[in-house]
Amino acid sequence: MKTYLQYWIDMMRCAAKGSARYYGWLGFLGLLVAMGLATYLKQLEHGLVVTNLSDQVSWGVYIANFTFIVGIAAAAVLLVIPTYIYHRADIKKVVLIAELMAASAILMCMLFVTVDLGRPERFIHLLPFIGKLNLPTSMLAWDVVVLSGYLVLNLHVPGYLLFQGYRGKEPAKWLYLPFVYLSVFWAVSIHTVTAFLYGGFGGRPFWNTAIMAPRFLVSAFAAGPALLIIVFWAINRYTDVSIEGSIFKYLRRIVSIALPINYFLLACELFKEFYTDSTHAMSAKYLFFGIGGHGMLVPYIWTGLGLGCLAMVIFWTPRLYKNPIWMGIAAVFCIVGVWIEKGMGLIIPGQIPSPIGDLVEYRPSASEFLISLGIWALGALVFTVMAKVALAIQFGNLRAKES
Amino acid sequence: MTQKDNAPSPEGRLATKVEETLKTPVKRRTFLKVLAGSAGAAAAATTTGSCDLDAFLQDHYTELTADDKKKVFARLEKQAEKDYGRPVHISDPPPIDGVSFAFAISLSRCNGNRKCVEACVKENNQSRDPAIQYIKVAELDAGTFNLEKGDIYYDGEVPKKDKVYLPMQCNQCENPPCVKACPTKATWKEKDGIVVIDYDWCIGCRYCIAACPYEARRFNFTKPTIPAEDVNPHQGYLSNRIRPKGVVEKCHFCLHRTRKGLFPACHEACPTGARKFGDLNDPNSEVSAVLREKRVFVLKEELNTVPRLFYYFG
Repeated sequence: MKTYLQYWIDMMRCAAKGSARYYGWLGFLGLLVAMGLATYLKQLEHGLVVTNLSDQVSWGVYIANFTFIVGIAAAAVLLVIPTYIYHRADIKKVVLIAELMAASAILMCMLFVTVDLGRPERFIHLLPFIGKLNLPTSMLAWDVVVLSGYLVLNLHVPGYLLFQGYRGKEPAKWLYLPFVYLSVFWAVSIHTVTAFLYGGFGGRPFWNTAIMAPRFLVSAFAAGPALLIIVFWAINRYTDVSIEGSIFKYLRRIVSIALPINYFLLACELFKEFYTDSTHAMSAKYLFFGIGGHGMLVPYIWTGLGLGCLAMVIFWTPRLYKNPIWMGIAAVFCIVGVWIEKGMGLIIPGQIPSPIGDLVEYRPSASEFLISLGIWALGALVFTVMAKVALAIQFGNLRAKES
Repeated sequence: MTQKDNAPSPEGRLATKVEETLKTPVKRRTFLKVLAGSAGAAAAATTTGSCDLDAFLQDHYTELTADDKKKVFARLEKQAEKDYGRPVHISDPPPIDGVSFAFAISLSRCNGNRKCVEACVKENNQSRDPAIQYIKVAELDAGTFNLEKGDIYYDGEVPKKDKVYLPMQCNQCENPPCVKACPTKATWKEKDGIVVIDYDWCIGCRYCIAACPYEARRFNFTKPTIPAEDVNPHQGYLSNRIRPKGVVEKCHFCLHRTRKGLFPACHEACPTGARKFGDLNDPNSEVSAVLREKRVFVLKEELNTVPRLFYYFG
């Protein structure tokens, strides 16, 4: 118990101590968080009227970000499987970073849903015993369950392994391996349930598709590793830890397979919409070409597709991807491309036109932008701090003192 | 831990009390009252500004006892008077056994005058700014029922030549997607078929809005504005009482009227007699007569929502 307390104290100390660059980064993120929080307080006071949402487009940038980030969380499984099932030694060294990224991502997901609530203080109605979770019929209720579970799994496994590392002890397999195996299935479940969230409604033909869950998983397996490439690149560059080239190779290979499959599935979807050409194709028409002079998302979605295709070309061209700069650019393009396509590019057109044919467009307000930015910054901040401590325990000299 | 003396300390008494509370079958409310001591809950309650601890800890409608209801209604009445400057009375008429409500609307008679919309807003204390309306009337080209080509913002003199007017509101589905979607059971179907919302339990996630194929649900993006003289003081807890900020609302077939034998406000206001309302189980009701004698249809039948809002020509 005492060691455990000391473990936390040492971790806090480690998190609080760093280079000027570290403080600068945290300060920058802290500023964005503060701006987001101040804006959120305004939203709490006035209500969601500070957003550009409407009865027609009632879900916007908050839910779009939520959807994308669930994918980031699920992608941790791509490092978990080779580590614990195929015992790849190189990946084992960095798997904790991926798991902590997943935990930070889930935290962001929860915040994005919370800021979207009209009555956030009534979150207690979602709690077991106190609230009334509408199981098994509500997909949103299921999402609450699977996201909370995934958060616990991704805090427990790295938490336990780091604690053992800190004490210089071998971890007991039964205390973490069952949870690791569980988390593999759980990762798939979080993104599947999130896809079912949209896919289950007959009244929303654009979302009402069986390949929503496969699309979500595949796009997550493109954007997630791309984000890990950037994180590992930053760790290489700004810390003493060096990440092996084999890990970058592994991640690049996954993206170079997942990203084309993602676009193949999107193409299947678009074939169904445009070839059938029923009235249900209106949302897709609105998204890609605009309807009757309304086309706010048209440049947006084409930019997203363009970036994704460029990323694909770079990830396929050895002369380009061998250069770390090009690899970094491709990773950023891939993330932004997927973020556009499965974020606002999916959530907004699903509501346009509205079920009774109303065409109301949407773009986020300044408040929505600042609050979203604040949540992204908070996620990055939490991840930076957790990753720093984890690296110090795994590669550095953060150890319990001999008693 | 050692027993120091026989007289329990204040902390000891509190501990015993908590223990007693925990031993009695835990009712959500009592459990929360114990929790309420924690600063977190109190802080959460105060940040919203609009509600006190009682409101924060209020149970789901279906779990309120008669006594609870009395207290809740009194609190809401007081709040409404304070906020909107007019004394109001909140009632809670239950569904009548054996009654199953439905609406039938004649599209031959409806001429798009929208008197129903106006009456509904007045009856149901809908926010005037931002404007919330339960009924939307689409102007369609004669010969088509493609809603995606309809116009709900039409103006000018009605009826226009070669146009058909289609009033839409909550269909009170027998198989309601919104009820399926709600993560907290804040909306449900009552025995008489009316889908209701507990405005004090809704968390404002708007998942029901995403689920509804008829665009029947409205969200209170901010606190409703209603001039004092326009507030309808005869209010139902599950229907037309003034809504709090941040929750979803929709048509409820004026249950505070219809369960007492009155017609819905839109029905009363319709100058063309296009609206027929009544009990499906009563063969003498006007809605039963329409269903028996006319050919009726519902919107988006293929979705299997089984609406209680029928349309017919004639």
